[in-house]
Amino acid sequence: MLVLDLALKSLRNRAFSTSLTVGSIALSVALLVGVENVRVGMRESFSNTISQTDLIVGAKGGTIQLLLYSVFGMGSPTNNLSWETYREWAEHPAVEWTIPYGLGDSHRGFRVIGTNEDFYRRYRYRGGQEIALAEGRAGSEVFDVTLGADVAAELGYGLGDEVAVTHGIGEVGFLNHDQMPFEVVGILAKTFTPVDRAVYVTLEGIEAIHFGWEDGAPPMPGEEHTLEEVLAMEEIEITQVTSFFVGTANRRDVLRLQREINDYEAEPMMAVIPGLALSEMWQGIGYAETGLRLVTIFVVLVGLLGMLVSLYTSLNERRREMAILRAVGAGPGSIVVLLVLEAVCLAAAGALAGLGLVYVLLSAGQPIVEAQVGLFIPIRPPGSVEWLFLGAVVTAGFLMGFVPALKAYRTALHDGLAVRV
Amino acid sequence: MSLAIDVQRLRFRYGRGPWVLDIPELTLERGTRAFLFGPSGSGKTTLLGVLAGVLKPEEGEVKVLGRDLASLSGAQRDAFRAEHIGYVFQMFNLIPYLSVLDNITLPARMNAARRARLDGVGVKEAAAVLADHLHIGDLLKRPVTELSVGQQQRVAACRALIGAPELIVADEPTSSLDFDRREAFLELLFRECERAGATLVFVSHDRTLEGMFSRRISLPDINKAAL
Repeated sequence: MLVLDLALKSLRNRAFSTSLTVGSIALSVALLVGVENVRVGMRESFSNTISQTDLIVGAKGGTIQLLLYSVFGMGSPTNNLSWETYREWAEHPAVEWTIPYGLGDSHRGFRVIGTNEDFYRRYRYRGGQEIALAEGRAGSEVFDVTLGADVAAELGYGLGDEVAVTHGIGEVGFLNHDQMPFEVVGILAKTFTPVDRAVYVTLEGIEAIHFGWEDGAPPMPGEEHTLEEVLAMEEIEITQVTSFFVGTANRRDVLRLQREINDYEAEPMMAVIPGLALSEMWQGIGYAETGLRLVTIFVVLVGLLGMLVSLYTSLNERRREMAILRAVGAGPGSIVVLLVLEAVCLAAAGALAGLGLVYVLLSAGQPIVEAQVGLFIPIRPPGSVEWLFLGAVVTAGFLMGFVPALKAYRTALHDGLAVRV
Repeated sequence: MSLAIDVQRLRFRYGRGPWVLDIPELTLERGTRAFLFGPSGSGKTTLLGVLAGVLKPEEGEVKVLGRDLASLSGAQRDAFRAEHIGYVFQMFNLIPYLSVLDNITLPARMNAARRARLDGVGVKEAAAVLADHLHIGDLLKRPVTELSVGQQQRVAACRALIGAPELIVADEPTSSLDFDRREAFLELLFRECERAGATLVFVSHDRTLEGMFSRRISLPDINKAAL
């Protein structure tokens, strides 16, 4: 206890260099813990992009590709599935609900998704949250369009505005379906998922703008359908979907259902389990994570090295102090303990201050990050990972403390009670 | 009368260097006020290091208060010093980050035997009594950096005396004081050593003080290694 008291008083006496050292350790620890928090937040928001969906079904191809275009609005679908096939699986006894997606068009860079009312009823994200409307109603008529929150905000659209759909996926399409404009009837509440960056129309709407198109080529002049013709139709026949989401009544059926779909012979198609595919995808991104973590660990080491330097350089001016401690009966071992304790106190204070700093920054920055980047970083009490980090930092400080301590030990033995400076 | 110090055939050197101490015999009875003098480089501080158990002699016997320090391990010598020896340096005696009070109480906090000899009063009370005796009772709460050199040396004396160690070793403690203050400091130190029954080994190269001591030892005369 005496040595701890001495260590603390000695550190307090060198308040300026102590606070600089603690500050640099705190910053580095805050970076380490902060990056970890962001990483966990990213991973969670990533794997929570979609929830409660048991299978995503599309034409045969890559699983990650299917996931990308169905869930993240990235990449292009290769093939569509016929409406009959979709209906067959939708009525499969193991299937409780489905959400059909018709993809392939866009509006000023935002994906257009053709779907039906099941999307508004069944789509779930981040632990079961439902799609909610911020304004208006869910689109249900042929030329109704519902906008994701970001689309409405970035393009400045409001209810009643007209939206022309572009064929294909790209910022600038040259084939506009502009003879058939859609009308904004609803705007979705923000979800911080790719839902915010999509434009939702009905499957009938997708069919209507593609009347007369064959194999992705526009109709010959004179064969286009007019808006009036479409509106005059009693019923528009839906011919295809790109992919669909499946919810089973009983989750034990998922694997069997997946196998059945993959083995379906009438049409080449595949089903993926989103949770598995998402974690597979995340592993692909994992290299960047490891790299980032490595960098932050090095930053912490640099912070601790700063401590080492400051303790080491203080030793020369402390030789007199060491001689006094020896004279009153402190063994060279006590000198080692004193210096190691100082290092541990610095590291521990820095680690705790860093942890506190993370919480300050998180609580101040969380709403800003959520609004700007769409990344929700949860604020939780420090978990096992944080304590592990702090333990590692203190342990590293402890080990590094031996460098100046052993130097002091040798000096103390050599100097004895005489200080030859 | 038992001996406070009984040195026989002591030889000491730093590492593989030349001999610094080569003392056939040096004895000192308990309660003596010894004045050890010699020019710079005659090995005064080294001898004190050996007597205090910080330096280990290569040859010979160094009995302090009946214990042969040469036969003790480093840790045992440290514990022995903490319990039985009070040490006063020439200058810069105090740990800068401790208050006057904390500097005085340091040996008592470090060693249980020193604490046990405080006659039942607490560490702080004992320090306050000593500080009063040395006329620095009003400085206890002050940071040591605000003290004059004379005040610092009296704080160091208090620290050496707390818990009544049997042997007080002082390495030129008065060399940074002016003459009047030297005598006053010595008188206070003598009085406290007498009160505690302690033996005093006082080192100086300044022989104007030697008349105040009961025993005078010339180190060059007894140290054959002196150059």
